[in-house]
Parts: sequence; structure tokens; C-alpha cells
Amino acid sequence: MDIRAQLSMSFHMDKCIGCHTCSVSCKNVWTTRRGAEYMWWNNVETKPGAGYPLTWEDQERYRGGWEVSGGSLRLKLLKGPGKIRTLANIFFQPNLPTIDDYYEPFTYDYQNLFNAPASDDQPTARAKSLITGDFMEKIALGPNWDDDMAGSPLYAANDPNLKGLSDSQKELLTKFHKLFFFYFPRICNHCLNPACVASCPSGAIYKRGEDGIVLIDQDTCRAWRFCVSACPFKKPYYNWATGKSEKCIFCYPRTETGQANACAHACTGRIRFVGVLFYDADRIEEVAKSPDERLVEAMREIILDPNDPRVVEEAKKAGIDENWINAAQQSPAYNIFKKWRIGMPNHPEFRTLPMNFYIPPLSPILHNAKADGGGMFDPVSTEFFTEIDKMRVPVRFLANFLSAGNEQVVIESLKKQMAVRLYVRQQRIGDVGDAAVKSALSAVGLTPKDCEDIYRVLTLGTFQERFVIPETHREAQTTVDPRTMYEKRGTVGFGTKKREIITGRQW
Amino acid sequence: MADQIFFGAAPYVLLTIAVVGLFWRFSTNRYSWSTQSSQFLENRTLFFGSFPWHYGIITILVGHFIAFLIPSLVFAWNGAPARLYLLELVGLALGFLALFGLLALIYRRITNARVKTMTSSWDVLILIILIIQVVTGLGNAIFYRWGSNWYAAAAVPWMWSILKFNPNVDFVRNLPLNTKIHIFNAMIFIGFIPFSRLVHFVVINPYKYLVRPYQVVRWYHRNPKTENIVQYK
Repeated sequence: MDIRAQLSMSFHMDKCIGCHTCSVSCKNVWTTRRGAEYMWWNNVETKPGAGYPLTWEDQERYRGGWEVSGGSLRLKLLKGPGKIRTLANIFFQPNLPTIDDYYEPFTYDYQNLFNAPASDDQPTARAKSLITGDFMEKIALGPNWDDDMAGSPLYAANDPNLKGLSDSQKELLTKFHKLFFFYFPRICNHCLNPACVASCPSGAIYKRGEDGIVLIDQDTCRAWRFCVSACPFKKPYYNWATGKSEKCIFCYPRTETGQANACAHACTGRIRFVGVLFYDADRIEEVAKSPDERLVEAMREIILDPNDPRVVEEAKKAGIDENWINAAQQSPAYNIFKKWRIGMPNHPEFRTLPMNFYIPPLSPILHNAKADGGGMFDPVSTEFFTEIDKMRVPVRFLANFLSAGNEQVVIESLKKQMAVRLYVRQQRIGDVGDAAVKSALSAVGLTPKDCEDIYRVLTLGTFQERFVIPETHREAQTTVDPRTMYEKRGTVGFGTKKREIITGRQW
Repeated sequence: MADQIFFGAAPYVLLTIAVVGLFWRFSTNRYSWSTQSSQFLENRTLFFGSFPWHYGIITILVGHFIAFLIPSLVFAWNGAPARLYLLELVGLALGFLALFGLLALIYRRITNARVKTMTSSWDVLILIILIIQVVTGLGNAIFYRWGSNWYAAAAVPWMWSILKFNPNVDFVRNLPLNTKIHIFNAMIFIGFIPFSRLVHFVVINPYKYLVRPYQVVRWYHRNPKTENIVQYK
């Protein structure tokens, strides 16, 4: 057993209100530089939606992630055995997205509002490209362009997760009384089997042994851009000005000192949870090769129980510090993903073993399916258990992007969440009935204690309960003094030796 | 006298600049060591530029290098006329391939607004050097017959004499002007490597990629000397 620690973030999607506070705090801290304007290390997408970059989930086009072929795991990008293909495509990458798949960064010519000569017309602030500095005739794409399903026939209709939905289910895109969408916050998944690391010809990308954070060594990156193509989540970004790739760094200068990540800290909906997981690194390959329908289960198996004395002993032997073991034992990530089994990874079928977990959203039951009149979901009803297929968001859709198509995994999570609601409602209002609650709990295998715990963490969770982040031991820290954080703002946080902010080409 | 300066002294100056410059840039500014790829900004024309250019020029460079190392191989191969024609023809074709790619790259740099803004003066200089190099190279192949033979007979001994610190300009004194430009321009090119994006072909890691395991893990705990650690006072 090769036991390692991993920092992991979980998202309670029901509570995400799509306010983008996370994205903005991330941007303010890390990506306000030239060449990085278009990057959103943290972004929030509307689902169904085309996403950012457009249709990033479509691996027929981008060929990100891994595939199992002939019993062995290989990068989809390579299209064949061996790595020679990577080097053959080093001069031009057929699968690389371009800036037009994200959006051309722009600002507005605000000065014109002040400086325009007197005239009969109101002065305007025209859009100006941040790449060329030229005026733009038309803004064709922008950050969060299809927010709240804007232009859904053009954008959301291309969502690859709609695959396998019936035509009537797809009406959730177009028919107002069937409409439903939810928000999908995304950061780098800091995968156990990262495709970006595996594709980097320079060996510049690495996973940190101590906490599992995946970083790009800026001094070793040579701009071969394979990470951008190989990552199925499109979370490494190419900085076109400096000629280096950059990605979410899990705010490691903050987590090393026990502080919550900028995005998670700022989250107004309190939907994020950060904690430590222990996993068995020897089993990564075996788990990544699991058949689609077993992937989530296999990922749960690779996560070790931090309360198991044998695991604790192994962890100590592997040099994991005491405070990390304590943190793992109180980890919300462990509870959400493995103990309660309500969280699941995003697109496990890409086989990178992503380490962020999502609690799928509940949505109203279409009571009016027959009457087609109106009507609301009756929260008292236990009907949910039998009529989950009438949810506005089809289970198929959730399964397509959270469990590699395995609907049972999603249904288990949804039913558990509903059981908790019934349990708490019975306690508070008492109109559900003990028998109904009991049968709901036993149907999903939850104890009243579990319900209390889930309810407490997901709804009332204090800062300390949501973020159980152990400090890294001082001798192993990469950025030591938190007082230098302000100076280091905008310096990419890679611990580069340069204090000044590099914003463009030097040669 | 001019030959002595251009082919006796200048090579040492430029080679020194290249070696010292590369060491200097690697030790002081590794961050700037990058291909500065602009595929992210424009990728349609780039396909017609980058692929032919790189494959054409790399094959030709490898040819030059093999003949430099083992000139006798060239004479042995060229012993039969059919093989000589084949070598010359392949070389010429690759030269045109590289020229086509280079012209496409130049066209792209001039016409695409995004790529244009990301073009530095060094890029312009490099493109000028490269176009001179490719055109004079093609000129050698077309106008001065059987270049592979006399490259191995004249230029290669001269290069060896430079490397052996015993420069013998006589080997290149009587070469046509076009060839002299080709040779001198090549040295300028080498001297420029440290000061531009040309550093991107002085890399070792992509070759290591073929043999390393897929995943890279760095332990700060186990190896405190790992790069990137900043110690603040």
C-alpha cells in the first residue's frame, strides 16, 4: 500500500446560486495579468450549457483524458500505442482549442466617454480587444456567455451530456414549463491520474506528493501546449503573452497555511467543502481501468478510511503528519464522497480520477406532466422515491456528467438527500409521519445520526466544519510567510523566484 | 583577409556567444525559455506553415549533421549516380517544403493581427535570417551542382578545422558567394540562439518524455532542494 494525502473540494450544487463570487475572487488573486485575462481557473457554468471553452466535454473533438485499449491505459490524444505521437504533433496540435473557443478578452474604451468632443450624439465606449488593442466590431463570445441558458438552442443544445435523452426530456431546454437549469462551479480537479501531467513532454507539470495539488513548473514549461489538449476538463490554460501554461493551483499558498481557497472562502452560498483524503496510490491504474458503470464505485474503493487503525498506521509510516491524519478523520470530503455516498466526481469516464466531488441538485417533480396546467412540488410527498424519473432534470443527464452514465449512483444520492429533507421536516414540522421517514431512511440505508450529520454540514456547516485544511509543516512549505501574500498577488503563485509580474514576452 | 575575418575569426566569436549566452540565459532567466507558440491565437494558417517548415528543416539539418560527422558516408553513398540523384532530389524537395512552410509562417505573421501584436523584433530578425538561409541553401542545391559532395569535401573539413582550433580558411576560400553567405548566415543563426525563441530547440526533456513514466510526482518533504522553493527572510 502506497498511502498518500490529497486535498479535495466538494460542491453542493443545490446551493449554488450562480453569483460568480468564487470566479471573481479567484481572478482578482491570480489571473489579472496580460495573457491571463481570458483564464478562469474557477468558473461557473450553467447546465445544460455549452460550457467554457465551448463544448469542452466533447472528447471526440478535443481528445482529452484516457481510454482503455487492449487492456492498457493510454492518453486519448495519442491515438495509438506509445508516446511518439505526442512528439510528432509537437509543431502543430490538431486538438488544441484556440482563443476563439474561450473568448477574445476585451475591455471598453471608457476614456472616450470623457474625452469625446462635443457632439449631438451621446459618446459610447466601444469594445476593444485586449490582444490586439483594436476596436472590435462585435463581441462574439464572452465569459459565461450562455449564463442561465441564454441562447439555449444555440449553446445548451450542444451540451454533450444531453446524449441519450428522449426528445420530450430535451424539452427542458425550450419549453418554459419544463425548464430547469443549475449551476456547475468548476476548478481543476487535481486528479489522481492527471492527463495533463502524463502528456507534458517537458515534465513541467507535476503532482505534489504531500497534498496532491497539480502544478505547472513555470521555469520548465516550454509551451508545447499538450496539457491544454490532454486535460478533458480544459483546466490548464495557455498564456499567449508569456508563452507558458497556467492552471488552478488550489490556492496552495493559502492551504499550506491552513487557510481556505480563495474561491471556497468567498462562496456566498457556502456550497464548498475542503478536506483531506487518503488514497492508495498503488491502485490508481487498476481503478482508472474500471468499466464505466463501476468507475464511481472503484473510486470510492481507492479512498481509504482514515479512522481505520491500520490506515492510520500506514499513514504514519508513509510520513504523513499527525495534523494531516486528524484532518482526514474530520474531512468533509471523505464524508461526502465515501461515507455518505452523496458526492460524485465530474466525468469519471475520462479516467483521470478527478478529486472534486459534486452533490447533484434536486429538482422539482413534474407534477403537471399529465395535467399540463401548473402545480408545485409537494415537499411532504414521499412520491419522490417512486417518481424520480419525473424530475425536471432527467437522471440520465446528471448521470452523463457525474457518474459515467450509471444512473443508480445518482439516484442513490438524490434519494438520500430527499430522505434527509423528510427526516428534518418531520423533526421540525412533524407532518411527514414517523413511519414514512423510517421507510425513507431504510430505503437508502441512512441512520438518523447520518441524517443529523448530513443536515448539519450541508446546511449549517461552520467555517471550521466546511474547511478542514491542515497546515503544511513549515519545513515542507513552498511559500512560507503569509505576510508576503499581498506582494505575491498576481505573480501566478508558482513560487517563481521573480518578484515582478511578468506580463509579456521578454525575448 | 575578409575570408580570414568571416571564416577564421567570426566563427569563434559567434560560437562563444552561443555557448556563454545559452548558459547565461538558462541560469538567469529560465522562465523565458519557451517556444512562444502562437497556435492558441491562430491555428489555420499555422498548420500549413509549422508542419512543412519543421519537418523540412529538421530533416535537412539532420542530413547536414550526419555528413558533418561521417563525411565518408556521403562519398560512399554518392558513388553511384542513381543514389546521388536521389539524395539531391530529396534534399531539394525538403528544401522547398521548408521554404513553403517558412513563407506561410511569414505571411501569417504579417497578416494576422493577433499574431502580429505578439511578434517581437527578435522574431523579425530570426525570420530574415531563416529566409536567407533557406534561399541560399536552395541556391546551392540548384546552381552549384551536387552540393552534397562538395559540402562533405569543402565545408565539413573547414568546420572540423574550426572545432580543432586550427582554422583553415583555404577550404572555403574559393566557394561561390552564395555558399559563403549560406555558411556565414548559419553562424549568425547559431550566435542568435540564446537571444530569441530559438532556444526552444535546445531542449532535452521532450526526448526524455519517451522513456519516463506518465506521471510525475514531486515531494518537497523528501527532497527539500526541489526547485521552486522560495525562502523568504
